[in-house]
Amino acid sequence: MAMTNMVSGSGTISSNAMLRIPCPQCGLRDYSEFRYAGDATKSRPGLESTDPREWHDFVFLFDNPKGAHREYWQHVQGCRQWIVLERDTATNRVGSASLARERGHV
Amino acid sequence: MREISRYSAWSLARKALFGTRWRRAWRAADPRPTYDVVIIGGGGHGLATAYYLAARHGITNVAVLEKGYLGSGNVGRNTTLVRSNYLLPGNTEFFEHSLKLWEGLSHELNYNVMLSQRGQLVLAHGPGQLDVLARKGNTMRLNGIDAELLEREDVQKLVPFLDYSAQSRFPIYGGLYQARAGTVRHDAVAWGYARGADHLGVDLIENCEVTGFLRSGDRVIGVETSRGTIHAGRTAICVAGHSSQMTAKLGWRLPVESHLLQAFVTEPIKPFLDHVISFGAELFYVSQSDRGGMVFGGHIDGFNSYTQRGQLPKVQTVAECAVALIPGMSRLKVLRHWGGIQDMTPDGSPFIGRTPFENLYLNAGWCYQGFKATPATGWCLAHTIAHDQEHPLIRHLSVDRFERGNGHDEYGLGLWNYKQ
Ligand SMILES: Cc1cc2nc3c(=O)[nH]c(=O)nc-3n(C[C@H](O)[C@H](O)[C@H](O)COP(=O)(O)OP(=O)(O)OC[C@H]3O[C@@H](n4cnc5c(N)ncnc54)[C@H](O)[C@@H]3O)c2cc1C
Ligand SMILES: [Zn+2]
Repeated sequence: MAMTNMVSGSGTISSNAMLRIPCPQCGLRDYSEFRYAGDATKSRPGLESTDPREWHDFVFLFDNPKGAHREYWQHVQGCRQWIVLERDTATNRVGSASLARERGHV
Repeated sequence: MREISRYSAWSLARKALFGTRWRRAWRAADPRPTYDVVIIGGGGHGLATAYYLAARHGITNVAVLEKGYLGSGNVGRNTTLVRSNYLLPGNTEFFEHSLKLWEGLSHELNYNVMLSQRGQLVLAHGPGQLDVLARKGNTMRLNGIDAELLEREDVQKLVPFLDYSAQSRFPIYGGLYQARAGTVRHDAVAWGYARGADHLGVDLIENCEVTGFLRSGDRVIGVETSRGTIHAGRTAICVAGHSSQMTAKLGWRLPVESHLLQAFVTEPIKPFLDHVISFGAELFYVSQSDRGGMVFGGHIDGFNSYTQRGQLPKVQTVAECAVALIPGMSRLKVLRHWGGIQDMTPDGSPFIGRTPFENLYLNAGWCYQGFKATPATGWCLAHTIAHDQEHPLIRHLSVDRFERGNGHDEYGLGLWNYKQ
């Protein structure tokens, strides 16, 4: 996953700095305006699935990578949109952010 | 067994008089090609497991492999609280076993771990919360564990400097007090277990990162490391925040997300706080170190991270808790804050036991509570490895419990923090 730096002018975001998230609607905001909502790479089993193993894996298991991660955030103290963010969990460097609904996430 | 240089008043006097040098507390071992048991991770849990394998089960052909230096992980980063005030069956007995082991540990190891049973007070800020604490206290007493329910007046007598004012945001209704709870010098725990294990013949190998597993089908037969290949009869994973990284090498996903927890210490002041206090309105706890600093912590930062650097908004909420509870702390300066990576599980409880892989054992998912568990974890994991069978005290902590609908949620403090 390519980690493009979305911050204009201010250089890279390192783990020293506060995590800031480039909301597609509101621009770059402190992460404290957002609420983290977990791994966005998992896909929910079909609602008709009755296989407990599939649901168990979806709900309880995590790749938990040290590095590139794609994840949900909700801009609860801003536009309230759900966002899919690319972030490196080892450095907090952020990549692209997009609206979850535009990526087909529900 | 190696010649033991025991610590005693006599050896201290002799060294003082004759100026002879203290010998190293443990050898710097180099890896050998084969061990009966290899333990990955030289934190409190890995070292305690190695010690009890050698001391209680006679298994001494053991190596502890640590990627950095011993005690460089969470065992040296935590806020050192130990207690056994748990409600759920399984937890109550396990943590009491741990507290009993703490009570004898300095003697067991001939190493002062500085257990200070200064008592822990958990506060209730409403009548409902006090009822919940009463239920927990009763459960503890039924299990032979000390617990005392305190009313507001008792709390005020014990700790007069909390906010008892009419305008306090979180009025104090009472609390649950465990006199045997307290703090332990965390580094000394790692060093004491290391020295004890080394004396019994265990190889403690630092700067040795495990990078993969050797397998024969579904059986694990050793590890690949930055210092070469090591064959092992049995292998145990004790790497705390990096548990998922380790099992990923086997293509095995865990119910774990790694999160950052911060801790704080203020400038030292004169003796002020004689107990450990846990706020009841938020996750916040505080004690005073022997040097005089107020040591405190709160919730995890709130999103998964391996950075070991805390975010500032959490500094603010934790400071707000401190001042809401002890207004006098508003004048103190924070000297340092730091972070550790915790392996958070969905129900806030850990995993100890056998795994889908033969001869591989897992100890992971300790969330906020692994330090107090260190002796009992070592005790139970050593038993589990020696007998290839879970110790009775950890049967409720198997890694597949969610598949069977057997989550074990004591507090609602697992990785779902963003859904609370
Ligand atoms: C800020 C903070 C405060 C806490 N406060 C408390 C408290 O008050 N009370 C309490 O009970 N608990 C507390 N905890 C939790 C407790 O510290 C941990 O649950 C516990 O220390 C974990 O076990 P450990 O000591 O074995 O971990 P660690 O000391 O982290 O040991 C794991 C070791 O594995 C090593 N390792 C990782 N990967 C590899 C590899 N590939 N190869 C070789 N070695 C590897 C690491 O370098 C590390 O040394 C706190 C945690 C934090 C972060
Ligand atoms: Zn927004």
